[in-house]
Amino acid sequence: MAYPANYRYTKEHEWVDVKGDVAAIGITDYAQHELGDVVFVELPKVGSKIEAGKTFGTVESVKAVSDIYAPASGEVVEANEVLHNTPEKINTDPHGAGWLIKVRLANSAEIKSLMDAAAYEAYIASQSKEASA
Amino acid sequence: MESVTTPSITELRKTPLNAVHRRLGAKMVNFGGWDMPVEYPTTGGLVAEHKAVRSSVGVCDVSHMGDIRIRSGRTQGGALSAVQHLSMNDASKLAIGQAHYSAMLYPEGTFVDDVIVHRLGEDDYLLVINAGTREKDVSWVRENTKGFDCVVEDFSDAYTQLAIQGPRALELLQKLTDANLGVIKNYWFTHGTVCGLKNILIARTGYTGEDGFEIYVPSDLATSEMVWNKVMDAGSEFGIIPCGLGARNTLRLEAKMALYGHEISDNINVWESGLDRYCKMEKGDFIGRAALERAKTAGLTRALVGLEMVDRGIARDEYCCCDESGEVIGVVTSGSPSPTLCKNIALAYVPPTMTALGTPIYVQIRTQKCKAQVVATPFYKRPKKTVAPQAAANV
Repeated sequence: MAYPANYRYTKEHEWVDVKGDVAAIGITDYAQHELGDVVFVELPKVGSKIEAGKTFGTVESVKAVSDIYAPASGEVVEANEVLHNTPEKINTDPHGAGWLIKVRLANSAEIKSLMDAAAYEAYIASQSKEASA
Repeated sequence: MESVTTPSITELRKTPLNAVHRRLGAKMVNFGGWDMPVEYPTTGGLVAEHKAVRSSVGVCDVSHMGDIRIRSGRTQGGALSAVQHLSMNDASKLAIGQAHYSAMLYPEGTFVDDVIVHRLGEDDYLLVINAGTREKDVSWVRENTKGFDCVVEDFSDAYTQLAIQGPRALELLQKLTDANLGVIKNYWFTHGTVCGLKNILIARTGYTGEDGFEIYVPSDLATSEMVWNKVMDAGSEFGIIPCGLGARNTLRLEAKMALYGHEISDNINVWESGLDRYCKMEKGDFIGRAALERAKTAGLTRALVGLEMVDRGIARDEYCCCDESGEVIGVVTSGSPSPTLCKNIALAYVPPTMTALGTPIYVQIRTQKCKAQVVATPFYKRPKKTVAPQAAANV
């Protein structure tokens, strides 16, 4: 699956899609693949604050629990409620319909420190190499 | 996202089918020091693998399991005496060709490991043990059989063990063997030709709560791969898929089968685990018996129960259990979404006063206390063989 060129990425495998001062956040295709069939999502409430580098939610497969880290700070303006009943959207469309939350950014400069698609692809390639070594 | 999968370290042990799993694109994990497939994302994935076993058939490489053979020395009955001393079930009740579930206990009445004891011959027993406890078990057996006239051999690396599980397992395996599988009862076994290999142990056992067989073939690479491929080919008409340890775990959890290090351990005794029916106190002395006698008099302080989540949330291994006031009263030993029931289920140790069906238990999931309730176990019981339509009409 291609990594959208206009998104930014974290080392913890979240993506960010910034439109104006609002950023959609999700987990990458690599992350959903590592996790397996997603069966449960826990998301923050609208109006709550998230802080860059801190966990804001959880995605669970049958086998594993994964904390989701905030790529940037801000206030949650929307949570993808459909995931409560259809968490598998994270597997089938991780970079689209499987988005987790939308956040009004507190400091858009934080986004600049994240990886672009090319850097992220190089990063996961190096991760896979490590795993198979 | 941070992955919770144990990072692979060097020197992990491999089964003879390791290359097969990797070719199939399995996700590999460190399971008790073994490099094992947890699921096969390209052919199924955990949920599909679980469902294949419940509805048709799946195959699982369980060659990491250990095998200890105990034979009599010069004295007839030497092996039986040794097994009776080591294992809590009554091996004198086993006919040749029969197996049973049992456990080896410490003098404290807690678990060394759970085992399947097979009676291979008049004075010949095979104990199938867990992978993570192999070395410990083998030393334990050697150490504690010194006073008996028996020969102990570690056959763990001699076999590639395949679990063929599911309602279509019999039909599948029958295509590959001359042994009449239909006459083998649950927890019995036979020897027969499988895939052209003579004298193969075929046992109607498993760890899934489903009908099925476990076969033990020579562990050389060529034979192991040949048998794997023939099983896959013979199973293709039934939609067979390879199953990883992830599905094996959810299958055994639904069937409430114990997992060492979770429901049973060196810190949990037989009465607490609820495995009473496999412990034969009247058979005579065995390691752990005296302590169990005392524990029975003292009474239980905790008991294993099945839980079903009422609130949203998945109980996981080692999460705390609380009562309504928030006081910690127990711990989850195994917890997972149940692919068959589409509910979040768990096994947990709680005080004996809180084991009644419907009792509310609160599981600490991250920052929240999520409500669960005690439910009947096993969570899943396989349907009885379908009655012929004619007979059903007469009921």
